Amino acid sequence: MKIFLLLLPAMSIIVLLFFGGLLIGLMRSFNYMPVIGLTDPDFSAYVAVFTDREFYLSFMLTFHIAFTSTVISSILAIGAALLLRRSFAGRAIVNFLFQLNLTVPHLVGAIGMLYLFSQSGSFARLAAEWGMITKPSDFPALVFDPYAIGIILQYVWKEIPFIGVIILANMQSIGEDYESVARSLGASKWQTFRYVLLPLIFPGVLSASVMVFAFTFGAYEIPAILGANFPAALPVLAYRKYTDVDLAARPEAMAMAIVIAILSAVMIYFYVRYSRRRVRG
Amino acid sequence: MHQEPVLTRSFRVLTGIVLITWLILPLIPLAIWSFAKGWFFPDILPKTWSLRAWEYAFSDTSGVIDSLWLTIGISLAATVLSILVGVPAGRALGMYKFRGKEAVELMILAPTIVPGIAVVLGIHSVFISMGLNNTVFGVILVHLIPTLPYMVLVMAGIFANYDPAFEAQARSLGASAFKTFWYVTLPAIMPGIIVGGLFAFLVSWSQYILTLLIGGGRVVTLPLLLFNFATSGRNDITGAIGMIYILPGIIILILTAKHLSGRSGAVGGFGQI
Repeated sequence: MKIFLLLLPAMSIIVLLFFGGLLIGLMRSFNYMPVIGLTDPDFSAYVAVFTDREFYLSFMLTFHIAFTSTVISSILAIGAALLLRRSFAGRAIVNFLFQLNLTVPHLVGAIGMLYLFSQSGSFARLAAEWGMITKPSDFPALVFDPYAIGIILQYVWKEIPFIGVIILANMQSIGEDYESVARSLGASKWQTFRYVLLPLIFPGVLSASVMVFAFTFGAYEIPAILGANFPAALPVLAYRKYTDVDLAARPEAMAMAIVIAILSAVMIYFYVRYSRRRVRG
Repeated sequence: MHQEPVLTRSFRVLTGIVLITWLILPLIPLAIWSFAKGWFFPDILPKTWSLRAWEYAFSDTSGVIDSLWLTIGISLAATVLSILVGVPAGRALGMYKFRGKEAVELMILAPTIVPGIAVVLGIHSVFISMGLNNTVFGVILVHLIPTLPYMVLVMAGIFANYDPAFEAQARSLGASAFKTFWYVTLPAIMPGIIVGGLFAFLVSWSQYILTLLIGGGRVVTLPLLLFNFATSGRNDITGAIGMIYILPGIIILILTAKHLSGRSGAVGGFGQI
């Protein structure tokens, strides 16, 4: 009873707002909403979404963004963690700079990327200075581009420290004893990393990657700033459908939201599987 | 330890420099733009510098300061509510075993992974009938979805290492329930409340799509203002607002760098910022 009362306020908020929001979205995606007179659920929104070429292009683009960003960030984060875990002069300052962008919102990073990589951005200007290009349009399209390079660069920038900090903490609690033993038994540096350290940090890497994948798949403002108009990332497309003057497009927006939710449910499954007893600390 | 070869060492230092440069790089053009007066291709640096963007940002007409206070107010409210509701829940999860605990944990974990866009469309269509759309209160409520789970996770970690025997002793010595909480429990869990509260604040501070939809363009927090200026091509003002916007996060990082080590269960909160 006491436990129930302790949990009641928090669970009410999460159940009402989070699961309520999901449930209403699900109902509306089936055109089912008795309160406003919609009493015959149907699949028309899903039929419309799944027969629309733009949806597939958008889904594939979003998957590409999330997958590529997550893989590149994870690999570079492991490298960064290996680099930063040993002690060296000035380590405190380097660590601080490494963590600096953790509290800088994605939106600011996206605008920074825009100013760095657009065709009149800092890198285009450097290229002009060095005589590699003469006018902005000579510079390759790295933002608003079909391969979402600008978006991926932004995520890689933001997620290296995020995954890196988790791996560093992981490495600290594992210690270096296992590696010393492997080395003294004649394992090479690479073998020690591949067969001793990597398997030990892998669950941590995976649970961080799952969070990154889910976030990058569902984020709105970054592709809205750096992405091409067509195909747009799925969250951008869903928002456009939802705010369309044609209210009939709303169930389609809800159906897209449900697609994103289902994908994140798969991510939660992996997260719970690989992050052992995380909640209990 | 054996001496490291010079080549390996230089490689290490070089990659370290590249890494750190890359991590700071996007903030540099933003900072320069805020002091630039026209900065045209192909100038590497602005030809003329100016404080115009900053003067505009701090003027009464721009609305930046109003927006700053509004954002601070919303984030503080979301943080306080998260603390009030999250501390008891963290106590239940950290100190007790009960039936259905895993399901409860899963339900608290879910909002940290499911993106806001997936739930906010449904909330928006319910908030219409409740009159909560386009209100500050509605925005604060939806901000609880991403902030509350981190508060609960941090507090669950704190209470897992908490010894309730001190409370029992205080009670047996005649302290009231309130006095016991105030003088015994609260000081013991304060570090968790501070760390969890800072996370909650920053997570609320960085929300975009939740505010955009539920605020309906009427509740203009700093990220919304920043987005509008960025997409309308006012790079100098965007730079100034961007610098103002990242300041709290950097101050918090400086103050808490030691406590925010990855071992804290809340470090996942950074993934939402």
